[in-house]
Amino acid sequence: MLLLALAPSGLEKLWFALIGVLWLGYFFLEGFDFGVGILVPFVSRDDTDRRVAINTIGPVWDGNEVWLLTAGGATFAAFPLWYATVFSGFYLALLVILAALIFRGMAFEMRHRRDDDAWRRWWDRALFWGSALPALLWGVAFADFVHGVPVGANATWTGTFFDLVKPYALVGGLATLSLFTLHGAAYLALKADGDVRERASAIAARLAPLSFVVVTAFLAWTYLSARSMHHEGLVPPLLPILGLGALAAVTWLTREHLEGWAFVATAVSIVALFTTLLLNLYPNVLVSSISPAYDITIVSSASHPYTLTVMSWVALIFTPLVLAYQSWTYWIFRRRIRRPGEASATTLAPPTG
Amino acid sequence: MMYVLFVNAFIAGVFTLSLARWQFAVTTVFHFLFVPLTIGLGLLVAVLQTAAYRTKDEAYERATRFFGKLFLVNFAIGVVTGIVQEFQFGMDWSRYSVFVGNIFGAPLAIEGLLAFFMESTFLGVWIFGRGRVSNRVHLASIWLASLGTILSAAFIVAANSWMQHPVGYTIDPVSHQAVMNNFWAVMTNSTFLLAYGHVLFSAFLTGSVFMLAVSAWHVRRGHDAAAFAKSIRIAIVVTMVASVGTIFLGDSQAKQMEVQQPMKMAAAEALYTTSSGASFSLLTIGDLAGNPVFQVRVSHLLSVLATNTWNGKVDGINNIQAAAAKKYGAGSYIPVIWILYWSFRVMVGLGFLLLALGAIGLWLMKKRRLETSNVYLRFATWMALAPFIANSVGWIFTEVGRQPWVVYGLLKTSNAVTLIAPGYVAASFIGFTAIYTLLAIVEIGLLIRLARVPTPLTEGALAPEPELIY
Repeated sequence: MLLLALAPSGLEKLWFALIGVLWLGYFFLEGFDFGVGILVPFVSRDDTDRRVAINTIGPVWDGNEVWLLTAGGATFAAFPLWYATVFSGFYLALLVILAALIFRGMAFEMRHRRDDDAWRRWWDRALFWGSALPALLWGVAFADFVHGVPVGANATWTGTFFDLVKPYALVGGLATLSLFTLHGAAYLALKADGDVRERASAIAARLAPLSFVVVTAFLAWTYLSARSMHHEGLVPPLLPILGLGALAAVTWLTREHLEGWAFVATAVSIVALFTTLLLNLYPNVLVSSISPAYDITIVSSASHPYTLTVMSWVALIFTPLVLAYQSWTYWIFRRRIRRPGEASATTLAPPTG
Repeated sequence: MMYVLFVNAFIAGVFTLSLARWQFAVTTVFHFLFVPLTIGLGLLVAVLQTAAYRTKDEAYERATRFFGKLFLVNFAIGVVTGIVQEFQFGMDWSRYSVFVGNIFGAPLAIEGLLAFFMESTFLGVWIFGRGRVSNRVHLASIWLASLGTILSAAFIVAANSWMQHPVGYTIDPVSHQAVMNNFWAVMTNSTFLLAYGHVLFSAFLTGSVFMLAVSAWHVRRGHDAAAFAKSIRIAIVVTMVASVGTIFLGDSQAKQMEVQQPMKMAAAEALYTTSSGASFSLLTIGDLAGNPVFQVRVSHLLSVLATNTWNGKVDGINNIQAAAAKKYGAGSYIPVIWILYWSFRVMVGLGFLLLALGAIGLWLMKKRRLETSNVYLRFATWMALAPFIANSVGWIFTEVGRQPWVVYGLLKTSNAVTLIAPGYVAASFIGFTAIYTLLAIVEIGLLIRLARVPTPLTEGALAPEPELIY
């Protein structure tokens, strides 16, 4: 209680912001990976189509997933109490996410290793569910952070799994599921060629209005509940409006074949949505549904200034480097992926190995 | 009523603790089956590709692609099981996480930023970049990916070494958390420097023995003689160097352990009473509680191992227990002796066996009899299992030997576990064990399958890169 009275220091604010940026980067990048994984069955007529879709994210998916590992590690280091409470409290949800990410990661490297339809079918299922479940559950988790979960005195978890899947959180999960799928469709329309590109565009145009409705509902609920709880309401209202505006434009942009801009629009709406949630959360990191006195804040959960200072220097030196080489790989692999033989006259070589 | 509640909570706690420990053991041993192979094989593939780039000899190129494929299949499983490693600290060990987050979290976060981004990004360039980037950049990408795996081991071993031998910290009087006050001390921890060398050499050894085993299998069958003759020679040389490095550093660790964690050393030998000029038992039949039925002992060896002197004094379990009880309060500070005794012997025994594998291989190379020595080639193939067993028992030795502590002298394992109903931990323990068993079957099946296919290695027919990689 004494700690709650203290104002957050600059370092604590900085690390809340940095971890926020890591999560935003993760959802922006792995968001389209999840979307592509979900859409593979819907944009493909045959195995070559499926491979075209998967190859659009082939070189980058693993690097994208490292954003999650770094966000997790940074949370552990900068806000140990947040890390410990969330990960032990969200136990079963996290278990499902981890299992999904395991099967999904294996699918990329495994599915093409054997020329066997049954083998590939199993890995395609792993890819679909491994993408869809985290896309849903991350939204549920972030909605829970904001809306509150049963955290008692001394950050002890007093709830069960069912406290995590309240209606508000489920709407949050549907919002991220639809948004990531849309993001993936925009990415496929931008990065694939031929039929896969056409089908992805058609899906993006049709999915965008649905996603708009779900995200609007989620943001509206967030706004109303924030008002009724201990917050003033959404901090800068400009952001959610910007996100919804971008989302509203996706159908039109796709129909006009402005694929790059459509992708920017889905990216903006993802970033706007999660920034809204994080700003609404601040200065808490986990809201207690029992009493505001039990909210876990950036002050009560933060590491000591020494640790935060060391990590700030490391982040200052290495983050620009990481951003530079990760961007470079997107530049190297900027070409659209097409069916072999579609541009030239050669036929598809059988998968080696 | 209160009593019943208390007893229930106690039983639940005991179950949660056991299940959490079993889960950690299963997931960590499984993860670390694949990680050393990733580190070792990554470096060896980089070496092969460098040779191909320098000499323009296509045999090196074929070997690079052959072992590169095995490397990638193995890499994937290390990545996905690594995600679990990072998150299960918070899930099952939340009280530990709060206690150590200030110190233990920092290397994990830095590992992500410095190492994981590097290995995943440049591996993506390596897999998909052939023909899209220059040969020089393609070669650089495998080296950077390999460097990423080597760096990642540094941070995780630094984190573990802090648990073995905490340095550079104070205990916050209000929150009772361990708080870092010297990052440099954490990253130059004497325990870390030796352990990192030992882990790194044993990872290179794992990679080289794997390459040696697979190459030997193909050499015996006369598959692509040009390529496998090169890979088997590189593998033998690295096996020799890496086994010497592993053994030498392991020996230094034993001396350090005698100072930093004497109980672990005493338990490794089941030495109950303090002795000078202590002998080392190679083998004990009977019980380890001091009443052996049959023993093979080497006199003075334990003193030499632990202290580097012929008649050095080695503390016994009983003395150390009494001293620990006085220092930390009543309770048992003795780990499970039989696990330590046998894991230590299996690890050391396999280390010397691998040294022999390298030495005999070198000798056969010198005599120009390597390709015709069927016995050696068969032996080499079977030795593929040895580094995996040695790595596993080595970590089991290190971690079990630290018990009852999770952070040596600061936090007991029983106080580190999350206070959660055992049902949750049971669900995740069963879930992960089932998933990992499935993965192991699929993964090992695929690795063996790919390791036996000689097709991409037919002379003079380097298959063009397919347009769709995945």
